[in-house]
Amino acid sequence: MDILLGLLNIGFATLTDVLPIAGIIIGFQLFVLRQKVPHLKKVLIGFIYVLIGLTLFLVGLEEALFPLGNLMAQQLTDPAFIRSTVDVVGATLQWDDYKWIYLFAAAIGFSTTVAEPSLIAVAIKAQQVSGGTITVWGLRTAVAIGVAIGIALGTFRIVTGTPLHYYIITGYVVVVIQTAFAPRSIIALAYDSGGVTTSTVTVPLVAALGLGLASTIPGRSPLIDGFGLIAFASLFPIMSVMGYAQIGEWRTRREQKKQQTD
Amino acid sequence: MIQLRAFISTLLSSLRDLTPIILVVAFFQIVVIRQPIPDYSDLIVGTLFVIFGLAFFIRGLEQALFPLGESVAYAFARKGNLAWLLIFAFALGFGTTIAEPALTAVSAEAAKIAAADGHIAPDKKVMADYALGLRLTVALSVGFAIVVGVFRILRGWPIQYLIISGYIGVVIMTAFAPPEIIGIAYDSGGVTTSTVTVPLVTALGVGLASSIKGRNPMTDGFGLIAFASLTPMIFVMGYGMVMD
Repeated sequence: MDILLGLLNIGFATLTDVLPIAGIIIGFQLFVLRQKVPHLKKVLIGFIYVLIGLTLFLVGLEEALFPLGNLMAQQLTDPAFIRSTVDVVGATLQWDDYKWIYLFAAAIGFSTTVAEPSLIAVAIKAQQVSGGTITVWGLRTAVAIGVAIGIALGTFRIVTGTPLHYYIITGYVVVVIQTAFAPRSIIALAYDSGGVTTSTVTVPLVAALGLGLASTIPGRSPLIDGFGLIAFASLFPIMSVMGYAQIGEWRTRREQKKQQTD
Repeated sequence: MIQLRAFISTLLSSLRDLTPIILVVAFFQIVVIRQPIPDYSDLIVGTLFVIFGLAFFIRGLEQALFPLGESVAYAFARKGNLAWLLIFAFALGFGTTIAEPALTAVSAEAAKIAAADGHIAPDKKVMADYALGLRLTVALSVGFAIVVGVFRILRGWPIQYLIISGYIGVVIMTAFAPPEIIGIAYDSGGVTTSTVTVPLVTALGVGLASSIKGRNPMTDGFGLIAFASLTPMIFVMGYGMVMD
């Protein structure tokens, strides 16, 4: 019964999300471009697939993954649990007592990014357009590694309470330097990867982790320190995707050199 | 028959996409947390929903969102009317963002913070107005972003100069914005790009770049989403400064 209600609720929310988009596109097709939508029937069926798909996806997440994720975030950030994992307990918990949290942050960042539907979409396009030099799995793995590092560092920031903008600004500097050296064709895609990682799956889970941490560590405010993890998750994939392209380029160059010397 | 077989293969790849999450959850439950999971049946039903949902979405993506985005791009490139293309770009950015549920949630949260810190009166109506103002700000910023991004594709400007100028803008604004808006502003860049918008906008950009002579779909076609995640940060910090 709960699931049925969830289906109706989320189905309706997805509809209100999709309808304005469909309205804008079809409105422009009919009144500005004055052309029929090509393969209208196929496109409409596709839109219905998108609706069904997103609804099932979101209901499933809310039924299964989010409650469990929230519970795990609570359990892992519980000071009593953290004390139980440390051999020598000091008077206060130190930043290096939170090892399991960093590992959980990285693992959950990686695995939710791999399942992120909008990243799959961009990766499919990138493979088509690049003629296969960038593969769907290569791009997804590169982005997921970036998110994993980003979220782990983000939890470290919450634990230590250092200001968010130091990290973000340093990150920008690294991105700018990498941009100067990365292959030109990857740059736009790398910048895009920052935005696509953080949509349906990653954001709620990561937010739960941030809020859980910020509310159990003395001196942190969940309202102020709980935010900011998503910013990490959108910054680090830019670096990892440029890195992915740089490694790829370096390997091709090395092989060419080898062939020349042979 | 072919349809069914294609669907089953999509279903299998969705299962593969979900496997890492299942492994991570299982590892932490069994090895680290070691406490019973409350609802096994909900968990299994929910996971099946996610797998089927992802499979349907990917089918719909290839059948509706990609072709539609491309066909609009080709039609605009053929028609060659710049003004309408930019109006379309703005409408797409603004329209998809204002309806975004994640943004609604974040704005409400931000209004709570502003009220708790005493920047606005802790009154329901004032908070609702603040949240609505924030949503409009973000939607405007995304509309603006897609316009700039599309214009850049048409001109073939290298993306890095624009994005890096944007970063400098973010850094400068960070110095002047009220501290409690900064976290929200940085996060707002991430929430604007929804699962329906991303494929459409990507197909639009790549479609435009492939139908205009002298543009490379790889170098020029991507990047619209990057703009859409950057401008909200600047606009939201601006909003925080104006409201302060």
